[in-house]
Amino acid sequence: MSKPKVGFNWMASCGGCEEAVVDLDEAILDVVAAVDICFWPCAMDFKKDDLRAMADGELAVGFVNGAVRTSEEEEMAHLMRQKSKVLIAFGSCSHTGGIPGLGNLFPKEAILWNSFVESPSTENPDETIPQPETQRPEGLVTLPALQDTAKALDQVVEVDYYLPGCPPPVRLLKGALEAILTNQWPPKGSVLAPDVAQCQECDRRETKPEKLELKELKRPHEVIADPEKCLLAQGLFCLGPVTRAGCDAACIKGNMPCTGCLGPTSRVRDYGAKALSGFASILDAKEEAEIDKLLDQIVDPEGTFYRYSLPTSMLHCNLALTGNGKKGA
Amino acid sequence: MSNRLESASNQTFEPRIVAFFCNWCTYTAADLTGISRLLYAPNVRVIRVMCSGRIDPQFILAALREGADGVLIGGCHPGDCHYLEGNYKALRRFKLLKRFLKRMGIEEERVRLEWIAASEGDKVQRVVNEMTEQVRKLGPLRLFPLPHPETHGNGQQTPELVAAGQGGN
Repeated sequence: MSKPKVGFNWMASCGGCEEAVVDLDEAILDVVAAVDICFWPCAMDFKKDDLRAMADGELAVGFVNGAVRTSEEEEMAHLMRQKSKVLIAFGSCSHTGGIPGLGNLFPKEAILWNSFVESPSTENPDETIPQPETQRPEGLVTLPALQDTAKALDQVVEVDYYLPGCPPPVRLLKGALEAILTNQWPPKGSVLAPDVAQCQECDRRETKPEKLELKELKRPHEVIADPEKCLLAQGLFCLGPVTRAGCDAACIKGNMPCTGCLGPTSRVRDYGAKALSGFASILDAKEEAEIDKLLDQIVDPEGTFYRYSLPTSMLHCNLALTGNGKKGA
Repeated sequence: MSNRLESASNQTFEPRIVAFFCNWCTYTAADLTGISRLLYAPNVRVIRVMCSGRIDPQFILAALREGADGVLIGGCHPGDCHYLEGNYKALRRFKLLKRFLKRMGIEEERVRLEWIAASEGDKVQRVVNEMTEQVRKLGPLRLFPLPHPETHGNGQQTPELVAAGQGGN
């Protein structure tokens, strides 16, 4: 009867965050015993109207995963905010914009064109693009409208806490559930993960040289990495030094470099800028030509350094979306 | 000088340029520019840092976000860094940041790095004037407004954007 009510909602994301809840394994039984899941459209039969029918603040905690990309997601973000006492941005997309945030490199028209006309697997000779409203013989048909840019949850509604990660590690999720059950929360606005860098939790920490000087950069598919040695020392783009800890260096344990999904620590304002700064400083080159040669090996700087955080970067999106400079009004 | 600037453009747009100058070379050079009574465009706002290696790319993005139309970085010539290698780090960061900025649609000329030694007061004058004119030609930098709950808290779409190529001059 007095069990706290929780809700989950899925927006612009891949669904991996929903999966993370299931990854609790048998601990999920304890969760179900301790809380009432009152909204979780992905797993159970709940509709938007069920959420609408709730009193404001009825959910003790609302978990929202995914970026805000469509008009419907914006509406759901507001609805979840209204119905939740504590709103948690769950996962990278909701926390910092995530992979869907990379859509901010292109105008929405280009995204629609690419997805529905240009992509090699598409057969669309009439070049039909989904429209928010279409008049059909049966009546007016509507779809959620794609907005100009993808946004992180706190760019749309006030967020109380952040559970970072792509998807959030089970350890962090358990910590958040404990906070719900004991009603002991850190200061509002906290990221529910340790505020130290990934390297702190990394087993390979001892093999990181005092001074890193990279003469060559490698991408994961180009090399079989030594499973014991610091990946940075092997010339791989490991973003561990600029990324928050909390996942027990899961990717690095799998011999893959950290891609930065847990986002920055609290001292960093713009994750990508800090990441590229750190990287540039450990390159072993002084002459312009040497530097260019090394930088040419970073084929995708925006995707490498801003993989999960473009919408919450200081630029937010490509300037082509604003009609910059003299072209603009 | 001011006449030349005014006649260069009949618009009211005055570029705002934030300059990060290192304490040991470029800031000292800017002092020399003043002492030598060399006039340069008043569009530049100089911030003194101890070394060009102290300039976090976040500073540059923050300047652009807060309303700068361009950012100028000044450091010691290669080999002359007071801290031995700070300017090399600055150069690498600058080059990598520029690659990112290009992908984000920000014009090349808005962010510039120059090595200016303490004795090169005339170079400060030249670089600042050149850059002011270049940025003036580009026009104001209009970043997409950072979304915030209060700016569209009522579930409305973000304001319609001016499509590229439309609008005034």
